[in-house]
Amino acid sequence: MLQTISVLVENKPGALMRITGVLSARGWNIDSLTVARTLDPSQSRMTILVDIDPSLRRQVIKQMNKLINVLQATDLTDSLAVLREMALVRVRTTAETRTGILKEAEIYGARVVDATQDGFGLECTGPAEKVEEFIDAMRNFGDIDVTRSGIVAVSMESRKLRIAPPVPAVAEERLSEGLPNC
Amino acid sequence: MSNLMTGARILVECLLRENVDCLFGYPGGVTLPFYDVLYEGRIKHYLVRHEQNACFAAEGYARSTGKVGVCCATSGPGATNLVTGLVDALMDSIPVVALTGQVTTKLIGSDAFQEADTFGITRACTKHNFLVKTAGEIPQAIHEAFYIAASGRPGPVLVDIPKDVFTGSAHYEPVGTIHLPGYKFSPEGHIGQIRRAAQMMWEAQRPIVYAGGGVIAAEASDLLRELVETIDAPTVCTLMGLGGLPSSHPNFISMPGMHGSYAANLAMTHTDLIIALGARFDDRVTGRLDAFAPHARVIHVDIDPVEIGKNRAADLPIVGDVKRVLEKMNKVVEELAPFQKERNAGARKAWKEQVAAWQAEHPLTPAVSEAEIKPQHLVREIDRASGGEAIISTDVGQHQMWGAQFLRFNGPRLWLSSGGLGSMGFGLPAAIGAQIANPGKRVFALVGDGGFQMSIPELATLANHDLPVKIVVMNNGYLGMVRQWQELFYNNRLSAVSLTSFPDAEKLAGAYGFPGRTVEDPAEIGKAIDDAVRHPGPYLLNVKVTQFECVYPMVPAGAAIHEMVLGPPKPVAV
Repeated sequence: MLQTISVLVENKPGALMRITGVLSARGWNIDSLTVARTLDPSQSRMTILVDIDPSLRRQVIKQMNKLINVLQATDLTDSLAVLREMALVRVRTTAETRTGILKEAEIYGARVVDATQDGFGLECTGPAEKVEEFIDAMRNFGDIDVTRSGIVAVSMESRKLRIAPPVPAVAEERLSEGLPNC
Repeated sequence: MSNLMTGARILVECLLRENVDCLFGYPGGVTLPFYDVLYEGRIKHYLVRHEQNACFAAEGYARSTGKVGVCCATSGPGATNLVTGLVDALMDSIPVVALTGQVTTKLIGSDAFQEADTFGITRACTKHNFLVKTAGEIPQAIHEAFYIAASGRPGPVLVDIPKDVFTGSAHYEPVGTIHLPGYKFSPEGHIGQIRRAAQMMWEAQRPIVYAGGGVIAAEASDLLRELVETIDAPTVCTLMGLGGLPSSHPNFISMPGMHGSYAANLAMTHTDLIIALGARFDDRVTGRLDAFAPHARVIHVDIDPVEIGKNRAADLPIVGDVKRVLEKMNKVVEELAPFQKERNAGARKAWKEQVAAWQAEHPLTPAVSEAEIKPQHLVREIDRASGGEAIISTDVGQHQMWGAQFLRFNGPRLWLSSGGLGSMGFGLPAAIGAQIANPGKRVFALVGDGGFQMSIPELATLANHDLPVKIVVMNNGYLGMVRQWQELFYNNRLSAVSLTSFPDAEKLAGAYGFPGRTVEDPAEIGKAIDDAVRHPGPYLLNVKVTQFECVYPMVPAGAAIHEMVLGPPKPVAV
C-alpha cells in the first residue's frame, strides 16, 4: 500500500541519502519523492510516496525521526492533507488534432505553456489520479513526452514541532547542568 | 591572532577538551598533518596492525569503561577497513568516534589516489557521520560527534576530514554550545507509564525480568538488582546484558535464546509478564516470533523508540533511559509493595519453584572428560581463574556461547563480546583496548582458532606495549559453529570448515617475544591457565579441545525457544 510521508529535514549535504537509506535498506522502492527548501532556508521539506507493508508504516516513521538531521517525519497517509502533483506533457499535433487536444486540455484545467506549429507543451496540476487521467487522454493523440513532479503534500492538521535545544559542547558541562547521558 | 591554528591542531585541542587520553589508529598520506601534531604526545596513540582492529580496540576501551573510544584511519583503504568495526559498534550500541582522513577537497570525486566516498559508505554503518569542509568547522563537528556517540542510544560516529582541512588554518575558539535541532531523545520515561508498569509487576503471577545491553550502557546494574530483589522475579540477561545482574545472584537464570539455558527459555515461554529493560527481542533471543512468550504481557523500556514494538508488541511501552526509568520505577514498586506484595504471593512462590525445578532438571553443567579437554571444561577453568572479576572478550561462535553459558561476572563491563554483528576477530583487539583502559585488571581474550587467525597481526601490538592480555584459543580445528550447523542440518557434510595448519603457539608467540604454549591434557589445563595468569606479560595459550563438541541447548533456526535440543542425538542400538 502506498504511504505518504512528509519529512522536515535540515538542509545539509547527505540528508536526502540518509532518508532514502531507511527505505532502500529494506529494499523498498520509492514511488515519488520531492524536495525543496522551506521558508527557513536551513530546512527542506520532503514528500515521499512509497509502497510499504502497512504493518511497518509506524516503524519507518520512527526510523526517520531517529535520524539526526530529521526534524520531523509524519505519516500523511490517513490524515487530513492536500496532495498535488504536476505533469508537463509535450504532445505532437496535426492540423486535425489541434482543437481536440485543446478541448481535452480544457476539461482537465491544463494550461498551454508552449505552442509551436507541430505541438503543444501542456501543464496539468491536481490530485495524482487527475494527472494520470489527463496523461491517458493525451496519449490518444499519439506519442507524448511526460515529466511528472511527484507528489507534494501539505498537512491540514497542526502538529507540534519538537526541536532539541542547544546543549553545552562538552560532556562535563552537560553533566554539571544535569543533562542526561553525558 | 595567537589562536590561529591548523585544522590538525584544532582537532587535537577538541579531542583534549573531550578528555580523550588515547586513540587507536593507523596513519597514512592524508592524516600526516594530524600525526605530526600527535607526535607531541599530548594524546597517546596506539598503532594497531589493521584499521579494523583500531575500531575493535576502541570498542574494547568503550565497552569496558563506558567512555567514548576513539579510532583513526587514513582515507580510502584505511577508512573502508574500519567499516566492520563501525557496524559492530552500531549493532551493539557502543560509543565510538572514528576519525578518517580524506583526499584534498578539490580532489574529492575525482578518483584520486586512496580516495573512497567514506561519507557515503559509512552512512549506513554509523549513528551519524560528518564530512568537514573547512578547518573552522572542526570544533563543531567533533563535539557534536562525541555528543551523538555517547548520548541517547550510544553508537559510532565518523568524522571525515580532508587533508587540506588538516593543513588549513582557522582561529580556534572553544565552542560553547552545540545545537542539533533534530536530535531528540527522551531519557526520563513517562511517569504515568512507570506507575502502570509498577502496578503490572505486582499484578503478575509469573513475572520475568529480561535485561539487555541497555542496562550496561545506562550504568543501571545496581538499580536492576534492586528491582529484581524487590519483586523477586527470575531474571535473564541477554548476551549483551551479561553482568548486568551478577551471575551469582539467586534470581539469575542465565541467558535466553538460541543457546540459552533450559530454565531461561521455558521461563520466557511460560511467563505472564516480561519486563524488558534495554533489550530488543532479537531473533536469537525470541526464536520463532509468533510462538515466543505466548502468555506474556510486555513492559518494554528502551531509550530508542524504534525498538519498541519492532519485533514484539509492547503492552506498556516506556521510552527512556533504563537508569532514569528504574530510579523512578523502583520507588513506585517499593511504595506499592506493602499493599500488593501478598496479592499473588502464592502464585509467585510457585512460579519461582517452577523455575528452580527447570534449573535442576537441565542445569548448565560443563562436560568433563579424562581423555580430552572438553571446551566447557576449559571455559570453567578460565572462570575459576577469573573469579567473576576478569574482563573477558570473545570472538563469535561456539567458544562465545560456552563463554556466555559458563563464565560468571560479578558486575557489568567485564564481558566484551560482539553480539549483534557477530564479528570474528573481535576478541584480541577488544582485549587490547580493554587492557589499555584498565591497566590493573586481568584481561582474557577467549577466542576460537578461526577468529584468532583473523586477528593474529595484533600480536605485534600486544608485544609492542607489553600488555598482559591472556589469549586463550579454544582450538577444535574447525570453524566450530558452522561445523555444528553442518553436522546437525546439512548431513554432516563438512564444507570448508576444517582449519588445518594452525601455527605452533610456542613458536608463534615466541616470534613476537612472549611465551606461548599448547595444552591438550585435561589434567594440565588448570595449571596452564594459572601459569599464564602468573606471567607478567602477554601469553598465548592454545588449548586443543574436543573436535566435534556441539553447543547445547540449541534452538534450531525457525523453532520456538521451548523446542530446544538439549543434547546430541542418542546412538541408536543396532
